[in-house]
Amino acid sequence: MNTLYLAKRVVIAFLSLFIVSSLVFGMTMALPGSAAEIILGTQQTEESVQQVREEMGLNRPLHVRYLDFVVGTFTLDWGQSLVSDQPVVDLIAPRLARTLQLALFAMLLSIVIAIPLGVIAAADRDTIVDTLITSVSYVGVSIPSFVSASLLLLFLTTPPLDLFPTGGFVPFSEGFVPWLRHLILPAVSLNVIIFAYVLRQTRSSMIETLESDYIRTARLKGLTERSVLAKHALRNGLLPTVTVLAINFGWMMGSVVIVEEIFSYPGMGRLIVQAISERDLPVIQAGILVPTAAFIFANLLADIVYTYLDPRIQLGEQ
Amino acid sequence: MSRQDFDRRSSQGDRLLSVDGLNVEFAVPGGTIRALRDVSISVETGETLGIAGESGSGKSTLALAIVRYLDSNARVPSGEIRFKGRDLLGMSRRELQSLRGNEIAHVAQNASRALNPSLTIGEQIKETVELHQDVSGNAAAMERVYEVLHQVNIPDPEGMVDRYPNELSGGQQQRALIAVGLSCNPELLILDEPTTGLDVTTQAKLLDLIEELKAEYDVGIVLITHNLGVIAQIADRVNILYAGEMMEKGTVREVFEEPANPYTQALLATTPELDKNKELRAIPGQIPELGSIPDGCIFADRCAFATEECRSGDIDVETVSPTHQTRCRRWETAVADPIETGTATRRSSTPGDVILSIENLVKHYDEGAFLRNLLGDHQPVRAVRDVSLTIREGETVGLVGESGCGKSTLGRTLLRLHDPTTGRITFRGTDLASMSKAQRREFRSECQIIFQDPEASLNPRKTVNEIVPRPLRLFTDLDEPAREERVEELLDQVNLSLDLKTKFPHELSGGQQQRVAIARAFAANPSLVVLDEPVSSLDVSVQASILNLLSELREEYNTSYLLISHDMGVIESVCDRLAIMYLGKIVERGTLEDVFEPPYHPYTRSLLSSIPSLDPDDDTDRIRLEGDVPSARTPPSGCSFHTRCPQKIGEVCEAEEPPLEAVDGTGGDGEAAHCVSCHLDREEMSRPLDDI
Repeated sequence: MNTLYLAKRVVIAFLSLFIVSSLVFGMTMALPGSAAEIILGTQQTEESVQQVREEMGLNRPLHVRYLDFVVGTFTLDWGQSLVSDQPVVDLIAPRLARTLQLALFAMLLSIVIAIPLGVIAAADRDTIVDTLITSVSYVGVSIPSFVSASLLLLFLTTPPLDLFPTGGFVPFSEGFVPWLRHLILPAVSLNVIIFAYVLRQTRSSMIETLESDYIRTARLKGLTERSVLAKHALRNGLLPTVTVLAINFGWMMGSVVIVEEIFSYPGMGRLIVQAISERDLPVIQAGILVPTAAFIFANLLADIVYTYLDPRIQLGEQ
Repeated sequence: MSRQDFDRRSSQGDRLLSVDGLNVEFAVPGGTIRALRDVSISVETGETLGIAGESGSGKSTLALAIVRYLDSNARVPSGEIRFKGRDLLGMSRRELQSLRGNEIAHVAQNASRALNPSLTIGEQIKETVELHQDVSGNAAAMERVYEVLHQVNIPDPEGMVDRYPNELSGGQQQRALIAVGLSCNPELLILDEPTTGLDVTTQAKLLDLIEELKAEYDVGIVLITHNLGVIAQIADRVNILYAGEMMEKGTVREVFEEPANPYTQALLATTPELDKNKELRAIPGQIPELGSIPDGCIFADRCAFATEECRSGDIDVETVSPTHQTRCRRWETAVADPIETGTATRRSSTPGDVILSIENLVKHYDEGAFLRNLLGDHQPVRAVRDVSLTIREGETVGLVGESGCGKSTLGRTLLRLHDPTTGRITFRGTDLASMSKAQRREFRSECQIIFQDPEASLNPRKTVNEIVPRPLRLFTDLDEPAREERVEELLDQVNLSLDLKTKFPHELSGGQQQRVAIARAFAANPSLVVLDEPVSSLDVSVQASILNLLSELREEYNTSYLLISHDMGVIESVCDRLAIMYLGKIVERGTLEDVFEPPYHPYTRSLLSSIPSLDPDDDTDRIRLEGDVPSARTPPSGCSFHTRCPQKIGEVCEAEEPPLEAVDGTGGDGEAAHCVSCHLDREEMSRPLDDI
């Protein structure tokens, strides 16, 4: 494993985070009128605007506010919510934890189901098994998550198949089964699309790998097809899938809004929707930064996994 | 094994492998490709059977058919493959698995792709050992791994087992792949193009290795290659394949000394040979499509001896001698009156004014971004280090060296496709760096380049008719009809039929693509063309016709060439002067006669002596260079060749860099002079090989 390469990746990840926080700050600055006026909306008076500006520290010089914001991004100090007066980080933390549980569970479903199916489809290429798997995944790609979520709700939470609760969240500490039952439906509907992406990516890169010269070498060593697959093909064939997973993880963090809304799941998505309707600017800012950071760090993780899987990766040559 | 031994053993009939009347077909949309037709070979233990042929001859298909590894659309309608008497075609999957890698080892071409990039060399060898051999435990298996790595002469086997393929040089990768093949002591070793893509110096060492292994392992070797020199040097018998048919087979001596098949004769006549002053004869036409096989002889359309009788019926294999057969009805005529290779008249050109001169050119790559220099001890790639060279009007200068010596970088930098790090390039007296925009444009139209891979250098979405006139649009104000006229003239000059005008690059053969690239380069009457390995991706029969074409165009346009090549034969047939490059520096330069004859720079001598000769009896001593070309990031001190030099004197070579100066002792370094950069004196550089 190349430590120099990893060091560079980490530096780049933090650099990206810095740029994003600058962008978010810049966007707030670019809004017409001052942030205080936006927050107050139609109810603004000269005094109330002044008061909010005071509270938010908007009277300080621009560079001080910028520095404050950027440093805040890295120290998780995003100020106070204007609505509840709690620190933003206290609002975000529990909800982020719940959304992460949902997203990670959805990812896990992809990994344990979609990747093996993709590998099977590639190994049995052009057989009935492959056709079946591929066409099911086509259906998956074309169903938007709000449709799949609504269908799941309709069929699995009402009699006769009253298998799951209609929504909400139960922490793990109150028992594994209730926790799981609340998590499964939102995770499945979040999963439908990325499941198909992961499966198709796995299939196509595995097919490419299985046609490569070193797979021929492995077969001509006299290895059984199973060892060829397990020892020679998987490691190389799964590389592109790692990227797809990372990108989809970031995408999931941003698109949980709809699914959380449908299943009344108290996560980041609902918090952001609420903050927007209440014009709670510090919470909105954090709501943009957190999923972006999740995206950045998911990609960093993918890069680390990559260096483990592919020894060719070195600094500067990819 | 001597040839008498071989004759005795073959009469005893102890056949390791025999292939009889093998036919292989591939089902493709709209028909069947009959890739192999009635092919028979046999290999005994302890001999090397060479299989030679151009691309499309079916030689790799034959190799894969032997290990029963053909694509799912392949069919074997008739024929028999027997290994130690066992019927290979009838074997079950399980029987095959216990045979492959164990008794029959197939070493694929292109080692860099045939090794798994994400497993260490050690793992890749060990798994075969563990699969087929009765080894107890990891330690015993690893012992065999070290042993086999040692046998293929890989430096530092202990360190090598933990390395990944990308950390090895091309030659080392090939050795590692051979080690995989040898790991279970196979009885039959199939080597598919084992030296293709390697430098001549590396190739020479690999050929030595194959000879050693044959003696040590007592195996039968099937050696597949397009390089006739390789066959002549290490094979015992040879089979010549053409378009899926066996044209001629026999002992190497018989086939090379008295070829009894017109195709073999034509192939030998078209192969460049060093120091023979040979006029290369191109083989007219091209290899036929195998979708529909014409009646009669498959080679008739390109054959110098063909008559009407050759174009009908099945052509049988005829016997020339008990150990020599040919598939030709007119072989007696061919033997009596063989294709003569004429002597080339070396042109005596009087070069004109200097058009391009390079002074102290330096080009570094990959100088490292801020972060890398901060985090690591970063060295740039010193691709070109202080090179000076002039090119005169109408002159062809060759640039030779192993891969990684900076030849291509120099060629591209002097055209300003890369910016030089330091140094001066002047074109017709004007410094490139100080050129105005208009002058720069003029320079671009005057200097063109032709690349190694013609397919990659032609826009895949444009037709020939759009590609060729591109420079005319850019650099001339010819109107549409005038351009069209010029395109037709150019296509005629490069011998391309006008029907090809509407074709896309992928619809053309490699040779045709290179002709299109040449036509494009000549469209705007350039005065200098850089030829970067123009024929190395082409088959030898096509190679000759391209080289002849380039010579004709040079006469016609009075163009200067800078010909970059790793192939001394190619250089010899075209160049007036040449420069030998090693690790970014010119170590020797002079006229062809100067460089090809003593006194030599030790590097030049090694390069020349590494080239396999077409004469199977050529037993001259060969120099084998130690190791690989050192990294251009950290070139050795003093004379950079000192780490591999067979004639190293001592400390002076490590400490002092010898200047490039005339060997006649005048101390001058004029462009016409024969200059060598070496601490040896003239006598030492001229000493015969066996004294070194």
